[in-house]
Amino acid sequence: MPDRNGRKQDIILAGVGGQGILSIAAVIDNAALEEGLCLKQAEVHGMAQRGGAVQSHLRLSRETIWSDLIPRGGADMILSVEPLEAVRYLEYLSSAGIVVTSSTPHLNIPNYPELAVVLDTVRRAPRSVVVDSEKLAREAGSSRAQNMVMLGAAAPFLILKEDNLRRYIEALFKPRGEALVAMNLKAFDLGRRAASS
Amino acid sequence: MSGYPGLSQAELIKRELFLKPEVLLGDEAVALAAIQAGLTAAYSYPGTPASEIMEYLLRPPADKRGYFASWSVNEKTAYEEALGASFAGKRAMVSMKHVGLNVAADPFMNSALTGVGGGLVVVAADDPSMHSSQNEQDSRYYSEFARIFCFEPSNHQEAYDMTRQAFDCSERFDIPVMIRLTTRLSHSRSVVQPQPPRPQNDLRLGQGQDWTLLPVNARRRFRMLLERQKDLLQASQASPFNWLELNPQGGGLGVIASGLAFNYVQENIRGLTEKPSLLKISTYPLPEDLVRKLVDQVDRVLVAEEGYPLIEAKLRGVYGLPGKTLMGRLSGHLPAQGELTPDSLRAALDLKPLAGFDPGQLDLAGRPPQLCAGCPHADTFKALNKALEGRPGSNVFSDIGCYTLGALPPYNAVQTCVCMGASIGMAKGGSDAGIRPSVAVIGDSTFGHSGLTPLLSAVQANTDMTVFILDNSTVAMTGGQDSFASGPALLRIVEGLGVPHEHIRVIEPLPRNHPENIRIIGEELDHRGLSVIIAARPCVTYSSKRRG
Repeated sequence: MPDRNGRKQDIILAGVGGQGILSIAAVIDNAALEEGLCLKQAEVHGMAQRGGAVQSHLRLSRETIWSDLIPRGGADMILSVEPLEAVRYLEYLSSAGIVVTSSTPHLNIPNYPELAVVLDTVRRAPRSVVVDSEKLAREAGSSRAQNMVMLGAAAPFLILKEDNLRRYIEALFKPRGEALVAMNLKAFDLGRRAASS
Repeated sequence: MSGYPGLSQAELIKRELFLKPEVLLGDEAVALAAIQAGLTAAYSYPGTPASEIMEYLLRPPADKRGYFASWSVNEKTAYEEALGASFAGKRAMVSMKHVGLNVAADPFMNSALTGVGGGLVVVAADDPSMHSSQNEQDSRYYSEFARIFCFEPSNHQEAYDMTRQAFDCSERFDIPVMIRLTTRLSHSRSVVQPQPPRPQNDLRLGQGQDWTLLPVNARRRFRMLLERQKDLLQASQASPFNWLELNPQGGGLGVIASGLAFNYVQENIRGLTEKPSLLKISTYPLPEDLVRKLVDQVDRVLVAEEGYPLIEAKLRGVYGLPGKTLMGRLSGHLPAQGELTPDSLRAALDLKPLAGFDPGQLDLAGRPPQLCAGCPHADTFKALNKALEGRPGSNVFSDIGCYTLGALPPYNAVQTCVCMGASIGMAKGGSDAGIRPSVAVIGDSTFGHSGLTPLLSAVQANTDMTVFILDNSTVAMTGGQDSFASGPALLRIVEGLGVPHEHIRVIEPLPRNHPENIRIIGEELDHRGLSVIIAARPCVTYSSKRRG
């Protein structure tokens, strides 16, 4: 479990350009600010966003955070919307870290490895939670909500209060209508339930 | 006036409108600081990692902004527009990616001689590791080259505070002032505490004898710039953004760190048994007295800087530091290229890597960026590849944009990408040297940026070449900004440059038009003179945003 007393958590967010990992980051950032934590969050913009591997280093702490990047071996969590992308950053995971990842492969490259091998590699991590984000997102209303399914799956392991996460999911999607808010909250709940079961 | 027109400063303070801490990108911290420093006009051309500065300035509706902000057709134009606003006595900002400053180098260098009216801040965002760029040049050299003042923030609050100060500094010393950012600050988010806003300057025109760089004036202005150097050095040495913490025991290790590298040093410093002396550098010209104080005290010096080894090279000079060890990118203690990381600093500080999880040997398939599904460029490249079959010796010169991804499989359609607009000039040079067919591929916005002049040159020579302008009506790679040369306007520009009417062809790159497009391209490849083929279809990713 993360150090809720020390209140420090280093998270690598991973996925493929277009999967919405920056929306996950925006929700966590605002929840952390609400709880009075320091935060730094390094993102990837530009060329890689065209369907390439994207990642974000998100650091939360009660104390001053110096580096915008997480050192290798220092990440408390890898939170990925895509299994191969979760594996890509395993070298960043700490010896007690957790991987929370979708099991749904994003097949936009010709040499995608065998999925079973990818998922086996994920399960070699000290701790891992694998969730079928595509199925749950469809259940919530759209496969585009996979990012919020994964945020839900990570929620039990984050040092942030779930209420605050839900509140900023609402704030994020509110400009685009109540239906979208409801759908993304449902995706969040389905992900959280899948991770807890 | 501030970002809140109609409210007095006292009213703003009362309402605490600016006191709320915000989570901002480094780019956004710079933009907010500029607004609150009394910005009147801001200009930019899209380019990673600088685009989000202008995106932030454009966020409020135009009639609510209280300042002028817009994209420009290229960085040189943006710089000149900002310089004009400064001439008028108003505070102006121009922002761009590092290589954009190459394009703007002419007005930039000369503005150090004209001086400024209102504060003029030039933001250059460098991209070490070339996340989204064709080189990793270090803009601090440009500030030295022009002999101006440069701030290099390490974090978001500094990005805000230094931008506020940069405007004052510019007016105080009568020079443009640079803010040097790097990708990891531009595109990282953290909390920023804003300060009370300052009103905009009054209109006040510059003096002709200062701004007219005839040799007689330019010599005088250059002498004044040189005389001002000692003041700049003094200001840098006195800046609270630079500070020195000496280990009272003396000897041992001293670290000189700037920009993002400073953060990586701090991240690792608690792991050291003996605390090194530490000098943080945030302004240039380099505060030499602080450097001397540090070096005099220690036995070994590690210089950690993002980008090129500018500080390290100064310390090394020709004679080195006799009796002391100097470490950095030049010595091999830090990597010679690419951005620094907390891990590269661990190694340079003689710390072992963190004992994290060992995933063993992973043979991972890479996931490079690629054209979006349904991208019009894909259809153009498929048709072009087909039309070029059976034409050995052909070459396709390309340019900067999403279509550069046509260099990668499955298209393998282009052979060059150098700088904005280079496709057309290089295709002409290639044709002059004997390449047949010689083809250029350039996007609509890149054509507006730097494609008109080389095309005019090709028109005058009636060069045997075929120029593709891929008109997706947006600047797609950087997030869908408006293009200056698209649709009917683009057609009029091409006609106006004098390209023969019968050799301006417009195709719609769609799978259903594939055979027809191959035929048209083939005809123009056969033509022994200049042709322009406009492949027009809106970007699949950003066209809906544009309509909305």
